[in-house]
Amino acid sequence: MDKGFFIQAIVYLTSAVVCVPIAKKLGLSSILGYLFAGIVIGPFVLGFIGSEGEDIMHFAEFGVVMMLFLIGLELDPYKFWKMRKFILGMGSMQLIGTGVSIFILCQLFLDWNWQTTVVIALALSLSSTAIVLQTLKEKGLSQTSMGRASFSVLLFQDIAVIPILAIIPLMMSGQAIPDNDLKSSLIIDLPGWIQTLIVLVAIIAVYFAGKYIVVPLLHIVAKTRLQELFTASALLLVMAVSYLMQLVGLSPALGAFMAGVVLANSEFRHELEGDIAPFKGLLLGLFFIGVGASINFKLIIDDPAYILIFGAILTAIKFFVLFGIGKFYKKSNDQNLLFSFGLSQAGEFGFVILSFSMQLNILPSILANQMMAIIALSMVSTPFLLLINEKWIDPFFGVKEKVKKPHDIIDENNEVIIAGFGHFGSTIGRLLKANGVKATILDHDSDRVDLLRKMGFKVYYGDASRLELLKAAGAENAKIFIAAIDNPEVNLSVVELLRKHFPHLNILTRARNRVDAYELIDHGVDKIYRETLYTAVHLGVDALTQLGHRKYSATRQGQRFIKYDEAAIRKLASKRHDKMAYLATVKDELEMQEQLLKNDLHINFSASDHAWDSEHLKKQITE
Amino acid sequence: MAQNKILILFAHPLFEKSFVNEALVRHIPKSKNITFHDLYEEYPEFDIDVKREQALLQKHDIIIWHHPLYWYSCPPLLKQWIDMVLEYDWAYGKNGIALQNKLIFQAITTGGKKENYCEAGRDRYSIPELLEPFNQTAKVCHMHYLPPFVIHGTHQMNESEADNYGKIYADLLLYLKSNELDLKEMNSHFYLNEWFHSKSKNHG
Repeated sequence: MDKGFFIQAIVYLTSAVVCVPIAKKLGLSSILGYLFAGIVIGPFVLGFIGSEGEDIMHFAEFGVVMMLFLIGLELDPYKFWKMRKFILGMGSMQLIGTGVSIFILCQLFLDWNWQTTVVIALALSLSSTAIVLQTLKEKGLSQTSMGRASFSVLLFQDIAVIPILAIIPLMMSGQAIPDNDLKSSLIIDLPGWIQTLIVLVAIIAVYFAGKYIVVPLLHIVAKTRLQELFTASALLLVMAVSYLMQLVGLSPALGAFMAGVVLANSEFRHELEGDIAPFKGLLLGLFFIGVGASINFKLIIDDPAYILIFGAILTAIKFFVLFGIGKFYKKSNDQNLLFSFGLSQAGEFGFVILSFSMQLNILPSILANQMMAIIALSMVSTPFLLLINEKWIDPFFGVKEKVKKPHDIIDENNEVIIAGFGHFGSTIGRLLKANGVKATILDHDSDRVDLLRKMGFKVYYGDASRLELLKAAGAENAKIFIAAIDNPEVNLSVVELLRKHFPHLNILTRARNRVDAYELIDHGVDKIYRETLYTAVHLGVDALTQLGHRKYSATRQGQRFIKYDEAAIRKLASKRHDKMAYLATVKDELEMQEQLLKNDLHINFSASDHAWDSEHLKKQITE
Repeated sequence: MAQNKILILFAHPLFEKSFVNEALVRHIPKSKNITFHDLYEEYPEFDIDVKREQALLQKHDIIIWHHPLYWYSCPPLLKQWIDMVLEYDWAYGKNGIALQNKLIFQAITTGGKKENYCEAGRDRYSIPELLEPFNQTAKVCHMHYLPPFVIHGTHQMNESEADNYGKIYADLLLYLKSNELDLKEMNSHFYLNEWFHSKSKNHG
């Protein structure tokens, strides 16, 4: 590695670390932050990166591949089936309506050849999944009718990207042979029908390999309990599929998407999601920085009117097509306005399609750069349009549609999440199940996951102390989180994570013993269940019974003891901090015991109530 | 006048299945002077916190034992409550005057019809006769025991009727809370329902 690598890495990372938080602070999406970072370090502002940015772009496009893999993973066929009407109906109407409008207008007023126009129309008709989903989440609209409609349209677009990327090479006018190795295919020289056959075989191979080779392999990897090995396997999987697809001349994105769908139903879904997501995020970030850096401002400055007017007309077309669809589906005005403004921008897939077409020489680079600038502008405009809508347009329509009750169309989240399904967690899970309560279960033992799934439990494989997995398991929408992991350190770190990121969750925590309980109390958890308390008291009660105590009296003493001990532990938890060193060394354990026993001395443990005891009555008579 | 503070001690082991009691409880007015205390929810393991219960009792003027009639008596947790909370030298005995002059009555639901509860009927005894042990307990604790508020025939009741009883219960609670009460007049009625009926008639 020459030092150029470090300098580049530092430039990219610094720009991202500086710009993204600023964008977030201003209430804009992180994509805009990355774009802005790219613009700043690009040739037109600071000039830190120049032509080598293109190489980075090639590498960063892999982020898009990973994004499609994740979309595939999300796309549980069952969910898809439930929403099919919306996805197909609204999605196709939007894509066709917008695409055709842009195509016709461009053909009428601009002198582009039709291939160029098709590519641009397709690129611009897509909206930004990242911006819209982020906005929906921030405004709490995901579960409204507008939120579901937006999701449907975006999902359709995400899927449509794959055929679009497949069609674009067909637009090549022949002379321009791409010089990059992205499209080099082994089978390009074979006759057409064999090519088709090989492509079909490859697709089928991906399906079966996913089901019968990848999942068992992941099991083996999971058994090693090496987190990094699992991450490596996930990356290997995505890369291998992408490469295979390239070999047969299909888009790597399509391959990754299919691999994702195949694995969507496996128990590794959440774990894979959690493993790939950071890479995807980072590479997409890099991708957007690259896009920002490659926006050619000279072109914009040369002809600002063209860019601005084109951008405004584009936004207007998208808005009115969406508004028409909303009307067709009988949305109320204010929901429809939100829906239409929300999706009125062009999106990140536009960049992908444009840069892809540029590599294939379908688009002249000046035009592509202008379009990229337009897309970036339209993305920047969305938050402002929504603000304008909220302040000035929406109030005119007076009637507010009540936010509908949360619907379960795409929301399969259970109210309860159980982390750790060992002897402790499984007992809880069985009790809940026996009472008709469905729980999402997280466990890191793949053999157990397998077994439980066979028995009809919904179990996900993964390390619950990772934020990504908790999110994927639906911690944001759950009510109760039961932390029942065997390893107390892991359990504690899960609880810590939960309290930080999901403060609404009602956390019920297993504690192995008093020491664990102290730690949990320090973290502000109040529902703590010590394994060693209840069982030990039960045993103690039975011991009393064997010694001749009546069972009911002994049981009442046990109940009382538990209450007393629960109160004592809270008192001692704070006292413990008075001492300098309180860690559980042997000496301190002894000290703790001593404290406890001393405390017990002050309490009179004989029954303090007079119920059923007539001693006092007899005494009164004799007085 | 100062408001009467009412404590409803509610005991129902299968509350979620009783739509009549659900209606009654739902209608209980929200007021700082009316405390609803759900015993089965508080003490599922029968380990009643005696000191806490006694403190609650002392804060209130009118106590209501609200429960379904099971085997001509109250559900077991309420009996446990009586056994444990009404302590010697606190509620009764030489120095036991903590509950002196408080009013107490029962709000009761029965599956059977009112006609059954008489000498010639299937249940042979009237409700006040069956509730004598409670009456006597209250007397020993120096409280004024009032006639019960009774809802008969819950087995054959529909929801709108139950709702109607809920409204009457609510009105009764509000009346008890805000009015000076004539104990003699109240005791002259068989059920508290009848007394309240005559009251609300007078008030129009």
